Amino acid sequence: MDPFAGRTAIAGAGMTELTRRSGRSVLSLAREAALAACSAAGLEPTAVDGVVQYSMYDDSVQAEALGAVIGARDLSYVMDFAQGGQSAAHMVAHAAMAVACGFAKNVLVFRAMNGRSGVRIGQRAAVGGGTEFRYPLGFVAYPQVAAMWARRYMIETGATELDFGAIAIAQRRWAERNPRAVLREPLTEEGYLASRPVAEPFRLPDCTTEVDGAAAVLVTSVERARDLALTPAVISSAAWATHGFDLDMGSSLRYDDYLRNFSGHLAGPLWKRAGLGPEDVDYAEVYDCFTGALALNMEGLGLCAPGTAGTFAREGHTSPGGKLPTNTHGGLLAEGYVHGMNTVTEAVWQMQGLGGERQVPKNDVAVVSSGAYLSGSAIVLTKDR
Amino acid sequence: MSPSAIPSTAPPLPVPERDRDSAPFWDALREHRLRLQSCDACERVRFPAMSRCPYCVAPEHRWRELSGRGRIYSWIVVRQAFRPEFAAEVPYALVTVDLEEGVRVVGRMDDVDSPAFDLAVVAAYVDHPEWTELRFEEMAA
Ligand SMILES: [Zn+2]
Repeated sequence: MDPFAGRTAIAGAGMTELTRRSGRSVLSLAREAALAACSAAGLEPTAVDGVVQYSMYDDSVQAEALGAVIGARDLSYVMDFAQGGQSAAHMVAHAAMAVACGFAKNVLVFRAMNGRSGVRIGQRAAVGGGTEFRYPLGFVAYPQVAAMWARRYMIETGATELDFGAIAIAQRRWAERNPRAVLREPLTEEGYLASRPVAEPFRLPDCTTEVDGAAAVLVTSVERARDLALTPAVISSAAWATHGFDLDMGSSLRYDDYLRNFSGHLAGPLWKRAGLGPEDVDYAEVYDCFTGALALNMEGLGLCAPGTAGTFAREGHTSPGGKLPTNTHGGLLAEGYVHGMNTVTEAVWQMQGLGGERQVPKNDVAVVSSGAYLSGSAIVLTKDR
Repeated sequence: MSPSAIPSTAPPLPVPERDRDSAPFWDALREHRLRLQSCDACERVRFPAMSRCPYCVAPEHRWRELSGRGRIYSWIVVRQAFRPEFAAEVPYALVTVDLEEGVRVVGRMDDVDSPAFDLAVVAAYVDHPEWTELRFEEMAA
């Protein structure tokens, strides 16, 4: 029997509102999301004995600081992980490993950031060894790196900018149903084409919207989760993959296959550990800092064929009423950029029947992924059976 | 756009933070030559400069002078400046180029309309006050 698969569950999820200027400390945001996750699960915050968080450019607060402000005074597992969009599913996996191995019983996983009014990740020059060669050229920000991948994707697959547009349009249809989303107005093909170019082939709607806010989930054993308030979202699998890493996360000149990002490298172990396949997935919450990243992630996980993510979206399969509801909160593109942690909370809420106006009809199996290019992670959630 | 066209309010372009591994690369560009590391063990050429071969991890290498000729692998057109230093530079193209010697490099192209997949390009050299930049231009027919 797999020592990891199916032994732990997410018992509750919580978020703050998403704004362009919270006017609050990051710790205050983290606390609100964490307490919301505990409250949803029906667990006293003082019962939390593990805290895990991730950050970039030192934009968050320490795991232990969160413990202090929610009354969790004795912690037996903590982690502060300094990586970005790769992290959310991986942090859930870490919490699950801690629980499965008996290091902690109730672990909070959070991401909190004043991502709009404070440190803006999308405009920061990434750090690392290859930057010496990129900065002086004006090859500085991650959206540019992502656009370079996207152009290559177009060259190799024959996809057009309208395929990226179809992804943004499909996700906006979900955001229309999500009161928390920051971009709720419908997006049309004409509107997409008329929008401001950022780094061609990317326009503004191809890029995530940075926000202030926080998201958190509570990970515990399946047995304890059954005694709590909501349907457990059982963690049936998790995987991480790094492939082709070079000097830093923006260095991909030597990457060997621009059609296959990290998700194509973790899909095998992910599905094997779950005992499931992409054909079993009822809904998908897939990392989408950019439309081009969403395409690679969908294709890498096997949710649609290589080169077809745009067509798949345009045919309505990922939209409300489609056969594979995807990014049902609007995604990072339209709900906002809580760095993929809001991708996890949405997956949990859908499985717990808390999706509101955007609730998917079938919610037994979900895949959640985190990350865009060289490295990333994913989990498979299944309803407790 | 020449550096002198940048308004005085714009901060100057970033200067490369050269290190022991990369110094010969920047020194060669200053002389309008393109030199990259070639691994003694597997003979593959690498970019950016680094102390070990990314293909076989061997440290021994020599600096090989390259033709500067290659073909565009991918490209973007930057319309939004992400740093104030580049506010006066947009729009500009960034191209990844597969050089004849089998190594992929990145550089700017001034003409944002000319990049295309597989377009033949050649190295050009733009002198800034403190360093020289590798750019690419379309190869003459
Ligand atoms: Zn070598």
